[in-house]
Amino acid sequence: MRDFAEQEIAPVIQALDQNEEFSIPIVNKMGQIGLFGITAPPEYGGAGMDYLAYCIAVEEIARIDVGHAITVAAGNSLGIMPIVSFGNESQKQQWLPRLCKGEILASFALTEPDAGSDAGASHTNARLKDGRWVINGSKLFITNSTSSIAGLCIVQLVTGNRSSRNKEISCILVPNGTPGFIAKKMSGKMVWRSSDTGELFFDNCEVPEANLLGKRGEGFHQMLHTLDGGRLAIAATSLGGSQGAFELALRYAKERRQFGRPISTFQAISFKLADMATGIEAGRALLYKACRLKDNGRPFEKQSAMAKLFCSELMGRVVDQAVQIFGGYGLLREYQIERFYRDYKALTIGEGTSEIQRIVISRKIGCFDV
Amino acid sequence: MKILVPLKRVCDPDNANKVKVSGDGKAVTSEGLEWKPNPFDEYAVEAALRLNENAAKNEKLGEIVVCSIGVADVAQTIRQALAMGADRGILVTADDGALESTVVARALKALVEKEKPDLVLMGKQTVDGDSNAVGQMLAEMLGWPMATFVASISTSDGGKSLNVKREVDMGVVTLKVTTPAVVTVDLRIVSPEAVKNGATPDSHKYNEGPRYASLKGIMQAKKKKIDQLELPALGSDATPATTYPRFELPPARSGSCTFVESVDALVDKLKNQAKAF
Ligand SMILES: Cc1cc2nc3c(=O)[nH]c(=O)nc-3n(C[C@H](O)[C@H](O)[C@H](O)COP(=O)(O)OP(=O)(O)OC[C@H]3O[C@@H](n4cnc5c(N)ncnc54)[C@H](O)[C@@H]3O)c2cc1C
Repeated sequence: MRDFAEQEIAPVIQALDQNEEFSIPIVNKMGQIGLFGITAPPEYGGAGMDYLAYCIAVEEIARIDVGHAITVAAGNSLGIMPIVSFGNESQKQQWLPRLCKGEILASFALTEPDAGSDAGASHTNARLKDGRWVINGSKLFITNSTSSIAGLCIVQLVTGNRSSRNKEISCILVPNGTPGFIAKKMSGKMVWRSSDTGELFFDNCEVPEANLLGKRGEGFHQMLHTLDGGRLAIAATSLGGSQGAFELALRYAKERRQFGRPISTFQAISFKLADMATGIEAGRALLYKACRLKDNGRPFEKQSAMAKLFCSELMGRVVDQAVQIFGGYGLLREYQIERFYRDYKALTIGEGTSEIQRIVISRKIGCFDV
Repeated sequence: MKILVPLKRVCDPDNANKVKVSGDGKAVTSEGLEWKPNPFDEYAVEAALRLNENAAKNEKLGEIVVCSIGVADVAQTIRQALAMGADRGILVTADDGALESTVVARALKALVEKEKPDLVLMGKQTVDGDSNAVGQMLAEMLGWPMATFVASISTSDGGKSLNVKREVDMGVVTLKVTTPAVVTVDLRIVSPEAVKNGATPDSHKYNEGPRYASLKGIMQAKKKKIDQLELPALGSDATPATTYPRFELPPARSGSCTFVESVDALVDKLKNQAKAF
């Protein structure tokens, strides 16, 4: 995995980042080595590995580029796993083999202009009419949703009202290209510029009733379940990004000489590097523990939120100190570290902001049981 | 075709920790080193996979056995080749210090007699000792045809012969060898169109370089068999033909660098300062 990232992604990443370009050739190659469907069952074309292996793979990609790690993390956690966990047999047969080959990507559309952290506030809706769902509304910030290989979108929709304040929420599979479904690339991102982020519009878009994922009304629960697993991969992305930034800073500090010696021998610099290395070890221990809990079928939701929170904020500290070590050169594109500096920022926002993780954790530790 | 690919692990030249010499100068110590497969051996694995598959149909056409002679940890290196797609492994355990080219070639001969492959495909040399000897010795001991430094292979006579191009100092030598044979490969054997086996369409272009182990390949490799035996069990002569009385590291480079303004200044410095000519 490390060889793959170093040989296939590293040489082109600067250009992709600069041009804000999503590379289909790289996604195809990532598909060939099995990076999609890592935790999916082999009978549907997955690798059947555990979450620990999945997270290590994501970490290795993020060590070179966070954007590509996100393509993999979203492709697996948000695109493939909801179908594995909640899809019926015919949906699995129809979608998983091509998704696991990386021929097409699936996206997971939750966020709306007025429903971010408050995911239950979504307005986008689907009404059942003559055996078909008719979908109206819009979504935004949706990863893997607009490229020519974006094949399917799992959309969280309001499918009815249980009471005036309690909406019925369901997930429905909407293939890209369905009439009335438009996916538009969002450009001008500061972060993850090699990853595909889209804005989606549904205008009387119709799909068969059978495209419902799992049971009607279980969309909110499906989303929470999906994000619990997804957070592990975001933590892994953050950890890999931290590792990459740390390695760049360490190498630079040993090469750069000032006052007649390598700057890595100044205590002020070496202590920064020591702190980075310590944080990374701690983050890794936390993430791997969360993975092992999940892989053994034990409750892992608290540790998953902790790992996501800790690793994404860790990366913030690491990239800040790393650029400091690079001095003025750290602000120049060609030194790579500035990309890590930018890319970290969406990691404390996507799949639940740091604030939301703290809410999840404080619930789990019983703060509200009073 | 049944292909035997011998593999060796070498210390990773990119790793920060380098080879050291023991205090008494009697041995090279390998503590703290990171290991990777010898690159030329990886190319041999890739060439073997290309020879034994129909890449268009994703079909396997023959068996590939990888073998290594070394410490027990080398199982990891064998496992990597199994994850790339080789079928089975053989690990002959021996102390690294007791191995030199002749001992290895004799051991491989014993393995060849046991396994009876149609082809032994190996790297032209390892990047640690750089002896470039084992392939040639093995072919001589077996009395088999041999082609070294091979940069392309195409099969003919239904796989009974191999048309190979060897890269040598004067240019490219084209040879036809009949199997069973020993072939050692060079860097360009992993270029996109270097191997033609009559099954994969001739127009097929591979990715440059040895293939990456896929995650599925890694899972499958866990279930593949690695037979393990100790060197004496092969019955081959393990007395080394060469011994190393003493090791020392090359002197550290002084590493100074000066910039010159013109070609004339460079020539002047080379002539008068460096006394290069
Ligand atoms: C590059 C990128 C890719 C993304 N990919 C996807 C995707 O594939 N699918 C998808 O559905 N979404 C995706 N998202 C959206 C992401 O999940 C949301 O941005 C995130 O959930 C936050 O929502 P918001 O941006 O609307 O912020 P808001 O919810 O408006 O939050 C603004 C601020 O208020 C804070 N806040 C909100 N509520 C509370 C509270 N109760 N207590 C304390 N603080 C609070 C937040 O923490 C934050 O600091 C992506 C986002 C980005 C940037």
